[in-house]
Amino acid sequence: MSSIKIRTKHLNGQTQIRTLITHPMENGRNKDKQNQLIPAHHIQELWVEHNQSKIINCNMAGSISKNPYFDFLLNGGKTGDEISISWVDNLGNTDSNKTIIK
Amino acid sequence: MFSSRRKFIKTLLSVTAYGLTASSGLFYSACAQAQWLAESFKAVSYDELLPQLFPDVEFIDSKKIKFRRLPRTAENGAIVPIKIISSIKNVDKISILVEKNPHPLIAEFFLSPVLDPIISARMKMAESSNVIAIVEAEGKFYRHHKYVKVIVGGCGG
Repeated sequence: MSSIKIRTKHLNGQTQIRTLITHPMENGRNKDKQNQLIPAHHIQELWVEHNQSKIINCNMAGSISKNPYFDFLLNGGKTGDEISISWVDNLGNTDSNKTIIK
Repeated sequence: MFSSRRKFIKTLLSVTAYGLTASSGLFYSACAQAQWLAESFKAVSYDELLPQLFPDVEFIDSKKIKFRRLPRTAENGAIVPIKIISSIKNVDKISILVEKNPHPLIAEFFLSPVLDPIISARMKMAESSNVIAIVEAEGKFYRHHKYVKVIVGGCGG
């Protein structure tokens, strides 16, 4: 199952894109029960594509909360358009998911 | 027969093309951004970081940027919601910073013109501090800030 959930909604001629990503977002400063530092593990880059053209590029670090949530407002956006969201984290893992605007 | 063969070749071509672009895109972004990311998101104080991120920039304090959802008092610093609404046109980039976090830069959003400059996210805050949004539009830098009191810090360490 993909780690990315995407929801789209029409709002007065605009399209709201909401996304929820499952990710630990460790910033490398937290300690576990044995008082050992948990190594940093966070998303570095996230991008959103609308019909294969990149509309948002976002750089982030461990200061974004665990299981990050974002929403964006797209001007236009028709029923049947494709929205895809992808991320890369600092360990090189990557994931992407796409949805069709209803 | 003919049509199915044609269809098959078309599909084959499109699949390879898609794979190529996807892999090259990933490769490019991973290589080009890695170094730069580490520089921007490192743990230095806000006063040191700001001139590095925005060298020789005059900030315009603007009321066209508004915060929504950002509480005056956050009970849990691990999840502080923020929504930035800007009525400035042609926004290229929105940066969020928290003054007293160990890593002051939270995130940077590069927006294309088809998007409205309205963004929401959830961030961590180590202690009570100013939250600053910097909006870059047509070569000008607009800034807005709000003080948020944090009861339980959420950065650990």
